[in-house]
Amino acid sequence: MALVSAVRRIAQVRLRDLCRRSTVAVAVSPGACVTGLRSFTAGTQSLRSDNKVTVNFINRDGEKITVKGSPGDSLLDVIVNEDLDFDGFGACEGTLACSTCHLIFDEDVFKKLEPVTDEELDMLDLAYGLTETSRLGCQICLTKSLEGMVARVPESVSDIRQSNDGTA
Amino acid sequence: SNVACIRSLYSAGVIGRGASSSPSPSKICVIGSGPAGFYTAQHLLKARQDIVVDIYERLPVPFGLVRFGVAPDHPEVKNVINTFTQTANHPRCHFYGNVNVGKDVSVSELQQAYHGVVLSYGAEANRSMGVQGEDLAGVYSAKDFVGWYNGLPSCRELTPDLSCDTAVILGQGNVALDVARVLLAPLSILKKTDITQPAVEALVHSQVRRVLIIGRRGPTQIACTIKELREMVNLPGTRPEMKAADFAEVSEALKDVPRPRKRLTELLLKTALEVPGEKEQERRNKATRTWGFRFYRSPIEVFADAEGKKISGIRLAVNKLEGSGEGAQAVLTGEVEEVSCGLVISSIGYKSLPIDPSVPFDPCKAIVPNTLGRVQQAKGLYCSGWLKTGPTGVIATTMNNSFDTARSVVEDLNSGTLDVSTEKPGSQSICALLEQRRVKPVSFSDWEKINTEETRRGEAVGKPREKLLSVEEMLRVARA
Repeated sequence: MALVSAVRRIAQVRLRDLCRRSTVAVAVSPGACVTGLRSFTAGTQSLRSDNKVTVNFINRDGEKITVKGSPGDSLLDVIVNEDLDFDGFGACEGTLACSTCHLIFDEDVFKKLEPVTDEELDMLDLAYGLTETSRLGCQICLTKSLEGMVARVPESVSDIRQSNDGTA
Repeated sequence: SNVACIRSLYSAGVIGRGASSSPSPSKICVIGSGPAGFYTAQHLLKARQDIVVDIYERLPVPFGLVRFGVAPDHPEVKNVINTFTQTANHPRCHFYGNVNVGKDVSVSELQQAYHGVVLSYGAEANRSMGVQGEDLAGVYSAKDFVGWYNGLPSCRELTPDLSCDTAVILGQGNVALDVARVLLAPLSILKKTDITQPAVEALVHSQVRRVLIIGRRGPTQIACTIKELREMVNLPGTRPEMKAADFAEVSEALKDVPRPRKRLTELLLKTALEVPGEKEQERRNKATRTWGFRFYRSPIEVFADAEGKKISGIRLAVNKLEGSGEGAQAVLTGEVEEVSCGLVISSIGYKSLPIDPSVPFDPCKAIVPNTLGRVQQAKGLYCSGWLKTGPTGVIATTMNNSFDTARSVVEDLNSGTLDVSTEKPGSQSICALLEQRRVKPVSFSDWEKINTEETRRGEAVGKPREKLLSVEEMLRVARA
């Protein structure tokens, strides 16, 4: 199983990387991160390891998952690189075409984030469980000042709401 | 005989693993390979290691409305195909294209072969306007028009007449705006998308310069989402053309609405009423094409020219609103107006069709009646996607509702409500039936051949893909 998921992860990362390179129109937002400079080689990683930023995710079951990411990576990058299993997260692969990488922040962290663009707000408006401190993970770039931040993955639509929607 | 079938028998443990002591798998099949089908399959495969999922698809190609519905200039949305491809390549998942459930194999045959059957075949029909003149040449459903420019085989012969100046689109949802964009966008943009070559050629000769997008109710009830509206506002070479009177009292109504509706309405107001800045004014002055919303109008009749063959206009009833907000009702005022146009596209919604008399279907709502994805009074039968909820929402909506259906299946497996104590033959018996009936399924690796060919043809003309346009050609490439 571990091998399978490792292979899957490599495939996923490669696929995403390829998509980014071939889709020039992706850089819609000034907040979007510079991903072309990233390297996945072990050597570079170890050189940069003390430079890393600790991020805490709270998943849909309320569990806290602590990982590290490199400055410049988006939170979606971190989730993909760490193979975190948030069902359906990042469906459009960070191209601002869906709202599935919706994350909720504490107010003090939210205030530190780069300003939000109209295009990100447009997609956020379609997110389930939108809050005042919601952002899209693909648009949040890691910086040292975000060390120790907490990002909560919102619950997907609850069963009750689904049945209400379904019969509307 | 059938490679797709044999491969699946290996991985399902039916053949080739003599001494397997693991319990026999729970076999689930999914009907339809659009987002609903794939998201349901994805969640099922992840939730339990003993589930085998077979996906049946009518066409030789997968992905449903991601391929045939999503606008060609929205390639980002199509990135979901990467995840679907991972699901299809999962060792416990198999794809059977070119199998028309309801015709090649019945739902009850699938129910006999599988422990559970998930209906995810979407909404293939369109709601009709029910007005006089609807059948005249020059009137198209958005479903067909979208299918035409996106290469849906059944819409290949549509060849819409684009020789008029003004096009009217009825309905103001995202599909309506997709159609408006395709009619008005500069060809330099469209040519680089996966829009079909016949559509590009028709659009080269298109005379359409003005698109009116008509809705029954007011600006605060508009059905599109803000991303699509912003795309119209920013569409190169076009300028908005609205009627200020339509927006009277709108800002008053803005006070207590949720943020999404508020931002959408604010953008509408800004576009319709605000005096543009210098740069925007210059852009608008240079525009050669216009678009605009018309509110409070319902179609009464599409009428033809003197010879009675081609349409020349549409008669609209003028409405007023009773009530406010999302629940406001359009009520006729008795006033009528006419708009000259040579093209009418009705975009008032998709509609699901019943698949089999044995499957419950609510003809009013055009959905399969269900409780959290469990089809009512039909044990072992589930539904997801638009067939479950009706044809609304963006891809994330379908994702969530499909995950919910998968959760219901898993709950029923865990609780024993869905009985898996008896071994089921799954694809083994279905493949045998199909062989008898001379139906040859297309496997996912067969699709990869089509994919490669389409990508190759696209590369030659600077597009991400040049779609194969007929089932015959798809099958020829798949079996080469």
